[in-house]
Amino acid sequence: MGATAVFRTCPTTGLKVDRDAESLIRWNAVAAVVFLAIGGTFALTVALTRWPAVHLLPPDWFYLALTAHGLDALLVWVIFFEMAVLYFASAVVLNSRIATPKLGWVQFWLMLIGALMTNVAVLQGDSSVMFTSYVPLQASPLFYLGIIVFAVGALIGCGVFFGTLVVAKEEKTYQGSVPLVTFGALTAAIIAVFTLVSGAIILIPTWLWSMGLVSTIDTLMYKLVWWAMGHSSQQINVAAHVSVWYLIGAVVLGAKPLSEKVSRFAFLLYILFLQYASAHHLLAEPGVSAEWKVFNTSYAMYLAVMGSMIHGMTVPGALEAAQRARGYTNGLFEWLRKAPWSNPAFSGMFLSLVFFGFVGGISGVVLGTEQINLIMHNTIYVPGHFHGTVVCGTTLAFMAVTYLLIPLVFRREIKFKKMAQLQPWLFGIGATGISMFMMGAGTLGVARRHWDITFADAPMGFDYPAAAFLMMGLNGLSAVLAAIGGAMYVIVTVASVFFGRKLAENENYLGFATAGEGIAPTYGSSKHHAIPGTVVLVAIFFVAFVLYYFVNWKYLSEVWPLS
Amino acid sequence: MAIAPPSERVWWNEPIARTELVWMIVAFLWGVIMFFTMIFWHIYGEQNLATESYRVNPESFAQRADEMIEQYTVREEDGFPVVRPPPGSEVYLIARAFQWYPLLELQKDKAYRLHLSSVDVQHDFSLQPVNINISVHPGYEHVLTITPTTLGEHGVVCNEYCGLGHHMMIGKIYVTE
Repeated sequence: MGATAVFRTCPTTGLKVDRDAESLIRWNAVAAVVFLAIGGTFALTVALTRWPAVHLLPPDWFYLALTAHGLDALLVWVIFFEMAVLYFASAVVLNSRIATPKLGWVQFWLMLIGALMTNVAVLQGDSSVMFTSYVPLQASPLFYLGIIVFAVGALIGCGVFFGTLVVAKEEKTYQGSVPLVTFGALTAAIIAVFTLVSGAIILIPTWLWSMGLVSTIDTLMYKLVWWAMGHSSQQINVAAHVSVWYLIGAVVLGAKPLSEKVSRFAFLLYILFLQYASAHHLLAEPGVSAEWKVFNTSYAMYLAVMGSMIHGMTVPGALEAAQRARGYTNGLFEWLRKAPWSNPAFSGMFLSLVFFGFVGGISGVVLGTEQINLIMHNTIYVPGHFHGTVVCGTTLAFMAVTYLLIPLVFRREIKFKKMAQLQPWLFGIGATGISMFMMGAGTLGVARRHWDITFADAPMGFDYPAAAFLMMGLNGLSAVLAAIGGAMYVIVTVASVFFGRKLAENENYLGFATAGEGIAPTYGSSKHHAIPGTVVLVAIFFVAFVLYYFVNWKYLSEVWPLS
Repeated sequence: MAIAPPSERVWWNEPIARTELVWMIVAFLWGVIMFFTMIFWHIYGEQNLATESYRVNPESFAQRADEMIEQYTVREEDGFPVVRPPPGSEVYLIARAFQWYPLLELQKDKAYRLHLSSVDVQHDFSLQPVNINISVHPGYEHVLTITPTTLGEHGVVCNEYCGLGHHMMIGKIYVTE
């Protein structure tokens, strides 16, 4: 076994790279970027329609574009990219051959065919049921079948990942425990299995129902199980992009985890508690007890939130410790100022970390508080929150790591370097604008998934405050900025992958500045450099978190009493 | 490095540095505080979503709503009846594509038992500008006690996508002295 695998040795990292794994990573990443481009285009049309002064699309096209945007950006782009991350974190990082590359190709083709089927169903115009497809709204059978086929493909990809871990262990391709990045990817894969199986459990009966073979699907049960896929799939993203943060820190700064134990414990908290988040979508529903809501929405006393808060210290802390070990010890923030900001992998990673924590993270906890949810549920605050997590967090982190994948995996020189350096900033700031302005508009009551908040065609009207219209306009402007950043990413990636100079077999090239030759000197887990800068950043985060949390209780206390 | 196996083979026995330990304890305690804040609000807060709910068939719900409408309609607006039920009574609001039916007129600071249900697809009761948002399912009747505290005209927007006319679905709740 293993005799047929062909390897090359990476001149930058010294890792052995299985050619089959490399092809799979390449093709999954390419598919991901293609669907990001499609999903992003739909995103721009949606945001321009919700910009009251522009109001681009007619209603049927708006609801179609919104369905397609959710599907392609939230599911297809991230899961294709995650397949690339899984193969990278197993075969490449562990120096191993990939298990059953043929099944890897089955994964790729099933996911591609599934994604195309659902996209075709949506574009035919009879499946504008939103990404969530809440029953009894009904899409065409092709819509559900495509997602099922896609999920089966992804499940096979997880199987290939697990198989590769077993192969690497059997063939002793590494010493001791798996690296932290692989551990994080394992977390993502375990959550992915839970997610994809939940998706199958709910979508198979729904598919049968759409063909008239099942008479009814209970609406509450649908929401509960669908969100076990829908929300948990965002937790795959969290585990995957946190791994990517550690990965970029390691490659660009030579950063070592402050403590293997602490970081792995934080990932373990994800595995044990993140899946309860389906409850976040049932807080405003009838038929569910308050005890169930409180326990599940808080991931059993916020233990998964604790995991993210730990990473919030250990990720920047590892960067700081590496930089201080390198001699950047002046003041609180010399380590950060002297970081390789000209490298888009680093700038993208750091922006992703900050925006995910401050924008997506805090708002998620507040939105998921049982009673506070009443003043936010299904307003545009909700997409505001999850653009903070998925776009500012996951998508930006994946864009950042792409600048490492192009030289390391695609073996190409990066083209349009200036554009690449600007890209994370434009996209990150645009995406943060989208998140913040949607949250602002949601606080003023603006509905999500709504074509016309002026109610021009309705039998009667309601006037949202002028500030709400301002927020939606600023959201549109931010979306334009993010779309430019997104287009720049696609241009750089496509140009480099297809037209960039091919790197020579032993050419050590990363494209952009790193922290310097070699990795940081060894420092033991408990004996690492003090990280005062990180402590200050974390303290600012914590104060913002506490204040924002209680301010929203204040807002809640002002609305009509309910019992 | 995070892409290499741990440098200490027995990494799980390493002590944890003070900074991380303190932060982990803070994060855990903050979680406990947030958890008990929700429970605290159930006991002392005034805004808690009722959990009283029943399975219902759309016809019987619509029939009870019609009885209320017949009894308490005070005027018509744009073809919709405006219903002014007495304080403390059972008030029905039907969600259907693409209407909230009927329009309601309630008295400030008086409690009402509001029954919400849909007769077709899922909708969402979004009371504006108060900004209270509650899901409305077909087949489930949700009963909540509400006490209006702001005077004037309030919009009821549909917050859950319910079809191509979703953005035309709007109702009214008037609050008078």
